[in-house]
Amino acid sequence: MPELTYIQAISDALRQEMRRDQRVFVLGEDVGVYGGAFKVTLGFQEEFGPWRVIDTPLSETAIVGGATGAALMGLRPVAEMQFADFISCAWDHLVTVAAKQYFRGRTPVPMVVRLPSGGGFSGGPFHSQNPESSFAHIPGLKIACPATPHDAKGLLASAIEDPNPVLYFEHKHLYRRIKGEVPEERYTIPFGQARVAREGDDVVVVTWGAMVHTAAEAAETLAGEGVETEVLDLRTVIPWDRERVLESVRRCSKVLVLHEDTRTGGFGAEIAATIAEEAFEDLDAPVRRIAAPDTPVPFSPVLEKAFIPQVEDVVTALRELAAY
Amino acid sequence: MAVREAEPVGSLQEVKEAGLDREDLLGIYRSMLITRGIEERGHILYKQGKIPGSFYTGRGNEAAAVGVGTAMGPNDVGTPLHRDMGVHITRGVEPWRIFAQYMGREGGPTRGRDGNVHMAVPELGLHPMVSHLPAMLPVATGMALAFKIRGDQRVALGWFGEGAAARGDAHESMNMAGVRQLPVVFVCDNNQWAYSTPTYLSYPVEHIADRAAAYGFDGVVVDGTDVLAVYREARRAIDKARQGGGPTLLECLTLRMEGHAVHDDAFYVPKEMFEQWAAQDPIERYRSWLHAQAGLTDEEEDELRSSVKRLLNDALERAEESPLPDPATLAEGVYASPEDLDTPHHK
Repeated sequence: MPELTYIQAISDALRQEMRRDQRVFVLGEDVGVYGGAFKVTLGFQEEFGPWRVIDTPLSETAIVGGATGAALMGLRPVAEMQFADFISCAWDHLVTVAAKQYFRGRTPVPMVVRLPSGGGFSGGPFHSQNPESSFAHIPGLKIACPATPHDAKGLLASAIEDPNPVLYFEHKHLYRRIKGEVPEERYTIPFGQARVAREGDDVVVVTWGAMVHTAAEAAETLAGEGVETEVLDLRTVIPWDRERVLESVRRCSKVLVLHEDTRTGGFGAEIAATIAEEAFEDLDAPVRRIAAPDTPVPFSPVLEKAFIPQVEDVVTALRELAAY
Repeated sequence: MAVREAEPVGSLQEVKEAGLDREDLLGIYRSMLITRGIEERGHILYKQGKIPGSFYTGRGNEAAAVGVGTAMGPNDVGTPLHRDMGVHITRGVEPWRIFAQYMGREGGPTRGRDGNVHMAVPELGLHPMVSHLPAMLPVATGMALAFKIRGDQRVALGWFGEGAAARGDAHESMNMAGVRQLPVVFVCDNNQWAYSTPTYLSYPVEHIADRAAAYGFDGVVVDGTDVLAVYREARRAIDKARQGGGPTLLECLTLRMEGHAVHDDAFYVPKEMFEQWAAQDPIERYRSWLHAQAGLTDEEEDELRSSVKRLLNDALERAEESPLPDPATLAEGVYASPEDLDTPHHK
């Protein structure tokens, strides 16, 4: 089985879907000749032509609204935001139109918006955000946040196949840093099924995206201290695998919820509240949360390190939980 | 590329050359009567407390809406707005479903999930508007993009008002449509008032259609009270788009003859302005034309009016029999299932 980087897996998945289904097309800024800011669609225009790999003007509204219209007419648009941060420009067209059109008109909107997200390389306040929680609050949208090359491919295929608008958050810091085995053949990964990234029975970390790797690294340290940590990767935030989370909480009795997005109103709060409602009597310690502080994403490397949850933060929290 | 100001429609001969026979002409009149009739009855329903929320009408815009709707081809699509009831009527929505929509009942196109003119029957090629205007313009542009990608001989129509023309999504969609020469017609219902805001506070040029030049396509201004002139200009724009000639911005000039919604008495609109535009009421204007140019007889007209009256009476009765939606079903239908894809309207 070939070993691919996370970004290669995204690119391969998209190419495979476009070869398989004529209705799938890509639109976004600089996605054609240039191949996208991160080169996910490099070479696509040569293969699929300028009407399936569409360079748009700098117009997020026209991209997301346009994708909505094309999806309503039966195509399967995959829109690229150059950075996840820029989705704010198209909020209306995603939240007001795409998310609500099926509820009102019974007309499905099968589109994907690819969102290069996350920090770790001094991108500053406008090129580093993880805005998934903002959209998790909007009924009608689905949200995928793959952590591995294998999931990146399978979740993108599922996202394109899904009859609803899907936000596909691809973490930029994983693009070329993370490698893994990815089958060449097409496969899908169902939404709403968490993945056990690491097994353990003493504590469970519920997380997604790049933080899966942070948690796994911290778990190794704890293993040296005799504490076995389960790392549960949600893979999709909407829908989220509530049952699997509750099952792990009941088994481990101690839980840490971890995300790179800011703390207040972050999706971790929803998970913590659900655990409090559904599994309070199974807990041997209060639910812990680690998230970024409630500030914009800072630029300077020392500040950004203080912003993004680090392995040592997770190690400390896990030790405290284990000792509770 | 200067904006073109369309001529009014003249003789029956000219209209026949534009592709309408006498039956079509009477059909247009009937659609206009149904449009106004529905909204007049809506006012009564509202006063009777049968319409929850607010109530919006398009009085004064009947010719603009029916004219454009009549010019659409059977496979064309559009995103009409709250002044465009005539488009829904022309495309064939059953009036009882509109009353059911007004009253939040199961039989309305949105099954009580949305109200007012926030509705459309996708099988008829229409898609429901949202309140954030003109958020449906990029959607119409995307529909046209789909047609261009697939090579369909279809046209998308996106509606907006002169107020919404101030927003960025109007610019982004027209710019992208111009760059890609997409088969889309942007229809501006310029009714001169964006809620209470007059045109001189909304835009600094003479016509909204002047902006078309900036996007590299044609701009046309037409008297929106002249249904046949609207039809002729919409037909030209649609045919041009279908033949690969790119977008057109068609501005239909009217006056909003009522307040923004039922709660608004429009005190800010000068009385003389209402009087002036009332004198060119689109339905009255067309009625006179039909009598003078198409030989409409009083008997024909009486028959037409009473058939519309019967239609609306029956529609109202049927709508009131439509059940209210079951609250137990509220959480259903937020997310689509795979079997919802590839229905006829989704092609």
